[in-house]
Amino acid sequence: MTRIYWNLFRATGIRPLHAPDGFFSIAVSSVSWGVAAIFIFAALRVAGRQLNERMVPALGVFAAFIFAAQMFNFPVAAGTSGHLVGAALAAIVLGPAAALIVMVAVVSFQAVMFQDGGLVVMGANMLNMAVIPVFVAYGVFRAGRPFVRSHGSLIGLAGAAAWLSVEAGALAATVQLSLSGTSPFSVAAPAMLGVHALIGIGEGLITAAALTVVYNSRRELFRIGRVVPEAVVK
Amino acid sequence: MKFRWWIAGYLVAMALVLIAPLASPDPDGLERVAEDKGFIEEGDDAPYSIIADYVFPGIENETLATILAGWIGVTVMMVVVAGSAYLIHRRNGREAATGQASG
Repeated sequence: MTRIYWNLFRATGIRPLHAPDGFFSIAVSSVSWGVAAIFIFAALRVAGRQLNERMVPALGVFAAFIFAAQMFNFPVAAGTSGHLVGAALAAIVLGPAAALIVMVAVVSFQAVMFQDGGLVVMGANMLNMAVIPVFVAYGVFRAGRPFVRSHGSLIGLAGAAAWLSVEAGALAATVQLSLSGTSPFSVAAPAMLGVHALIGIGEGLITAAALTVVYNSRRELFRIGRVVPEAVVK
Repeated sequence: MKFRWWIAGYLVAMALVLIAPLASPDPDGLERVAEDKGFIEEGDDAPYSIIADYVFPGIENETLATILAGWIGVTVMMVVVAGSAYLIHRRNGREAATGQASG
């Protein structure tokens, strides 16, 4: 058993995953940094009002879990893989402000420590993997929330929100690529949205599975960010 | 003393790192598109390297090096993010205690 595990590992190795420097122009990178900074500042202020003693360790656990999960690329098609973003999971459990802090921490730590994602383009990566997916997932979840009556519909809604959050991040990256002159929108958009439609399915499934685990093991954590409707938890 | 649920959460994240070396070695969505549409060459290497590509330097066994990198990452994330959240929470509590704070 040990040997199988060891041998399986040998040929692999984690690849760089996030956009490196050079993919986006200096102009696009600078504007992205500015927009990301505004959202981070706002999130810190809102989180300052919302955070309570129970949420403090929850933010750490979510950052640790999402960091670990992002290391695991799953295959989505021949010769292509994808990995969890985690923004939807964080947004649904923790709320958007705390989720934004968690995701920004993960993305910036990956760039600074693990050379995964460039430093110049870090603002753009924060928009695509933190700001945009957090707010898209949160928005979709809030919009569908009145229709949630059961645990099943809650999980379905969360999965859909997660799928859309990945597509939204991919669309944002496509816009940045075309504005940067790296790849025309008409060329990059079908490819980016196509492959991320598949990756988004993985995101939806992992988000649904993680929410189910939290629901069954620590139900009181489910509403820690006051996003999940109370009726479902009782 | 209540059961510290977050210790269990931290251990789940640490355990999750054990499957990271089994990750698909294929390019991910963005990298795949960059290769197919011919802009992968636009990417620059990082100007320095600490634990590049989640492989801890100086360890011959890549599996071990990946797990070590992941465990360091998970632990730092847990400590730094929970620590920051604690500081945000505490500062807010002090402001509330002293009545109206600035801003």
